[in-house]
Amino acid sequence: MISTNSFRKFKPIIFLTIIAPSVLWSFQLINGSLGVNPIEKLMDNLGEMGLRLIIATLLISSLSEFKKLRFLVDIRRMIGLFAFFYVSCHFLTYIALDHFFDLNFIIKDIIKRPFITFGFISFVFLIPLVITSPKKMIKKLGYKVWKKIHYLIYPAALLSSLHFFMLVRANKFEPAIYIFIIIVLLLYRLYYKVIVPRLAQ
Amino acid sequence: MKGKFNDATFFIITIYIEIGMKVLSSEITPYKNYLNRRKFIKSSVAAGFLIGASNGLQANHLTNEGLYDNQLDENDNLNTYGEITTYNNFYEFGMGKTDPSEKSSNFKPKPWSISLEGLINNPQILDLEKILNKVTIEDRVYRLRCVEAWSMVIPWQGFPLSEIIKIADPLSSAKFIQFVTVFRPEEMPGQKRRLLPWPYVEGLRMDEAMHPLSILSTGLYGHDLLNQSGAPIRLVVPWKYGFKSIKSITTIKFVDKQPDATWSMLAPKEYGFYSNVNNSVDHPRWSQGTERRIGEFKRRKTLMFNGYEEEVSYMYEGMDLKKYY
Repeated sequence: MISTNSFRKFKPIIFLTIIAPSVLWSFQLINGSLGVNPIEKLMDNLGEMGLRLIIATLLISSLSEFKKLRFLVDIRRMIGLFAFFYVSCHFLTYIALDHFFDLNFIIKDIIKRPFITFGFISFVFLIPLVITSPKKMIKKLGYKVWKKIHYLIYPAALLSSLHFFMLVRANKFEPAIYIFIIIVLLLYRLYYKVIVPRLAQ
Repeated sequence: MKGKFNDATFFIITIYIEIGMKVLSSEITPYKNYLNRRKFIKSSVAAGFLIGASNGLQANHLTNEGLYDNQLDENDNLNTYGEITTYNNFYEFGMGKTDPSEKSSNFKPKPWSISLEGLINNPQILDLEKILNKVTIEDRVYRLRCVEAWSMVIPWQGFPLSEIIKIADPLSSAKFIQFVTVFRPEEMPGQKRRLLPWPYVEGLRMDEAMHPLSILSTGLYGHDLLNQSGAPIRLVVPWKYGFKSIKSITTIKFVDKQPDATWSMLAPKEYGFYSNVNNSVDHPRWSQGTERRIGEFKRRKTLMFNGYEEEVSYMYEGMDLKKYY
């Protein structure tokens, strides 16, 4: 069994592994080796990474319920913050590089296109999670309130995978897998948090 | 209506110095010269000329660097050979933009034949070599606007689609043409999966097909088409979204009713049969008002009919383009 303490030693490695792609892509963007349509490529890479990290935090939450995997919860905050980092970069790329701060167009785009609306709402949902991420905030808010706020990760995850699902033209396999994972994890949670206690009563 | 084109010179200037003359291999200008196209200053003085050679698959060779410049619209720059041949949508080879260039090496575009079928006087299976002996290959610099809101400027070599239609000699009952892409899952890895209902099909109305801007292309930048670009022969219809310009054509069928077209069958609300480039009819999921020209940072405004409004709009007079998108 891995103890939380021994796992901590791995934290810097995990940190570097997760930050590495963004460094690589920035370098490639400047370098011109991000393909023929670099802005689109960068935006896709960042968004996909953000979504994968969001799902990773959900997996961690569920897996860390098992005693043997308890140590995982220690990196959840870091991964969650990285998810927000990638999602923000994704959104910024859309604003700054894809549409060059054409706010008039961007606002219309967000309202008019359901897939962009979903992506945007998902981004907004992540903000309170980031604000309440320091340990101090748990104390300040109380664990129950804090936890309720953090359930926002489920709609955020669902909306961002729908955002991906609606964007792709033909092969919806990858986004479908994400949606499937999220729903399974959500049902698992509901089962243990809502149904099991009721049955016990 | 036809008279509109007789003396119209479009933006395309095609000068044939000698037709049918064989070009010596020493005259071939290496395409490297074109790779850094943008470095060249556009010259309106240098009259572009080319030597027409319709022997075999080889398209015209280019002896003058200024050639394409003369066909370029003021605001356009040619995309590089590298850009054009590494960023493709050709699901037969996979769905990624680089799949067609990376996974098409097993495809064999030679020998090739095209079946002319349907409501015509001369149904036949034509060897591509034979077709190329009958036509004159011309240079056509066209904008290509993808439905995904990106675009390129491509120097094609090809011949008017109307030439094939003349060979087929359609009956008066033929109102539309359907095109079919080859189905070879052994050579086209994307066809092993049901990404789309294979084979890919597309169609044009007869007047669209007869339009002088509609060409069958066999090359670009003076090279035979590479597999990823739809070798050995593909359609190019520059005022429509790119997916209408079907690649690696094996069958041309003349029919009396609007034929099936793959994307408009698959998602009729997103892709219509006509699919003319139209900046006022958005794709349900994204705007068609602007586009990213590959190689440029800022988006461009998308032009009606991809900038070919003057040449083609008469065909759609009285049609509600919001309904027939």
